[in-house]
Amino acid sequence: MAYRHFEFIEKHVWTLGILTAIMVSIGGLAEITPLFIEANKVQPAEGVKPYDPLRLAGRDIYVREGCYLCHSQMIRALRFETERYGHYSTASESVYDRPFQWGSKRTGPDLARVGGKYSDLWQRLHLMNPRQVVPQSNMPDYPWLSLALIDGKDIQARMRVLRMLGDPYTDADIKAAPKAVAGKTEMDALVAYLQGLGIDNEPQKPAAAQAAPASDGGAP
Amino acid sequence: MTTIETYDDKVVRLFLFASAVWGIIGMLVGMYLAAELAWPFWNLDIPFLTFSKLRPDHTFGVIFAFGGSALMGTCYYVVQRTGHTRLALPRLAEFTFWGWQLICVLAMVTMPLGMTQSKEYAEPEWWIDIFIAVVWVSFGAVFFATLARRRIRHIYVANWYYGAFIIAVGLLHIVNNIAIPVSMTKSYPIYSGAVDAMVQWWYGHNAVAFFLTAGFLGMMYYFVPRQAQQPLWSYRFSIVNFWALISVYMWAGSHHLMYTALPDWVQSVGMAFSLVLLMPSWGSAANGLFTFNGSWHRLKDDPAAKFMVMALVFYAAATFEGSMMAIKTVNSLSHYTDWTIAHVHSGSLGWVAMITIGSLYAMAPRALGRPAMYSRRGMEVHFWLHLTGTLLYVIAMWTAGVTEGMMWRATNPDGALTYSFLDSLIAIKPLYMFRWFGGVLIWLGMWVMAWNLWYTAADARKPIISPIPVPIPEPEPKQTPAPLPAQG
Repeated sequence: MAYRHFEFIEKHVWTLGILTAIMVSIGGLAEITPLFIEANKVQPAEGVKPYDPLRLAGRDIYVREGCYLCHSQMIRALRFETERYGHYSTASESVYDRPFQWGSKRTGPDLARVGGKYSDLWQRLHLMNPRQVVPQSNMPDYPWLSLALIDGKDIQARMRVLRMLGDPYTDADIKAAPKAVAGKTEMDALVAYLQGLGIDNEPQKPAAAQAAPASDGGAP
Repeated sequence: MTTIETYDDKVVRLFLFASAVWGIIGMLVGMYLAAELAWPFWNLDIPFLTFSKLRPDHTFGVIFAFGGSALMGTCYYVVQRTGHTRLALPRLAEFTFWGWQLICVLAMVTMPLGMTQSKEYAEPEWWIDIFIAVVWVSFGAVFFATLARRRIRHIYVANWYYGAFIIAVGLLHIVNNIAIPVSMTKSYPIYSGAVDAMVQWWYGHNAVAFFLTAGFLGMMYYFVPRQAQQPLWSYRFSIVNFWALISVYMWAGSHHLMYTALPDWVQSVGMAFSLVLLMPSWGSAANGLFTFNGSWHRLKDDPAAKFMVMALVFYAAATFEGSMMAIKTVNSLSHYTDWTIAHVHSGSLGWVAMITIGSLYAMAPRALGRPAMYSRRGMEVHFWLHLTGTLLYVIAMWTAGVTEGMMWRATNPDGALTYSFLDSLIAIKPLYMFRWFGGVLIWLGMWVMAWNLWYTAADARKPIISPIPVPIPEPEPKQTPAPLPAQG
């Protein structure tokens, strides 16, 4: 390109603006468009259902409290990761996660397969004051979770929006929601969510999930 | 006699002071968060002070409130000077100021109350996002309308970067935040799982690219030649770097998701482009540094120039580090650790904050009708506080990050893991304390700057400053692509 062509860009603001917009769009389009197409092919792993009302409430509390800032939910396909946390995470496990909670920092450990590793009581005590069970922990206390109740109507509204976005909730599911969360505290909901992590969505047959999580990181 | 046109610096002054105030607030929050990590007592069992709820206030406060105000203020200043024209749409420009401040306040109040989309650097809920889009489009309108009425035919390169910053951030913001609201306090994104992750890190990475890099490069390309008192080392080189930077950056977002459930090919493409990205990054840094060739002696008695040179050094260092961290092998060690925190702070405290502070020190006296800043010694003190604090912070977090990475992957001969997760936390706790102390020094430096600006603004507060007239440009045939030293 001769310099005079370039000079034209340098002297015409609309040309410059439009070319800039084109140049910045290419990368995103090239990477995100195929993923969208691919996304329609990613099926939920066998047995993975959308979150039941209590766990959905728990998940939204996890988001609200900002847990993702210190805990990841993405076990990488690396030997030392699978050794520590269990089978590496797959895309099909997070198809119902809006927004995704993969995280970017581990000030605390990964939680992708924390479900069932500790008792409900341990989780409760730990959330009330982590230092009761882990003296050196620097995690904050979340005592207010045990004081607030889940609102059934609100959960129904959330399920309706999720259904609009494509999650397969039935009318019966939504109708039954207030009953499922009646009398439950936010603490109950969050513990239910945590206890389901990696249990209800591990990419294995339900029977095999009873055994210890796979630790070989998959076949080489 | 025709009336003399003057520069519209009122909105510039407003942004200048907003930037100083937000800098202090944003960094105070950061300092408090650092204390919470070192001493969890400071969470005080108060929900909105708890680390996990307060943390978005730090990122939003320093990136969008402090950085954003500085970018918008300098953008309005630079586009007038380089075009020899007065700001177009002054009412709209003032709206962008008050609108942006309102957004910052709303976001920083709602996020700690739990109204969050949980997308990093895009936490504010949907109705704040709509307001951000409105103000952003207005900002773009003022900028491009001012460019359209410029009297210098050639568009100076600083404006290219500001323009790309405005276009790309608008695009990123809108695409990443598409969501269906449930109520005023909750929405669900239309993307889920892996697609949501890709869209978020396409946004997250390019918020770094276009907010924290392209915008501040615009600042650099104007204020560095201004402070070095000589033209840019190579103008042609800056244009080549511009096209390379804006097109390559957008591909690199997936390096935030190495070894995850994202398809492998996207990870590899992200890694490859991250390595290519080193070239335009170093190109810009070199161009800025070489501009000081022949006037390095200015560093002796001009703290603003000192800030700028140090900023460029950190820019080169942080972009090199970033490209290295995008290599899968390195990433397997660095990801999820405090190394990421070290990297982002050597970029933000070293590059972004220093080029901002340098530019504010260069711009403030001119915008405030004074020959120089009130106190040169104040600027010196600020420089050393900021540099010491940044080094302490970054070195502490590098050490912590590598420690964590090494401990997490250590295995015994029999293949079992050597350390528990808790072992790694115990090992790095002292480093969290050093990091906090580094933060304190940086924060004190910001107070020195605020004090200095306050006294420099004595005339503006009265208000007895006279507006600066727009110079009459050369007749058009004589205008060459070389940057004209701006007046005023």
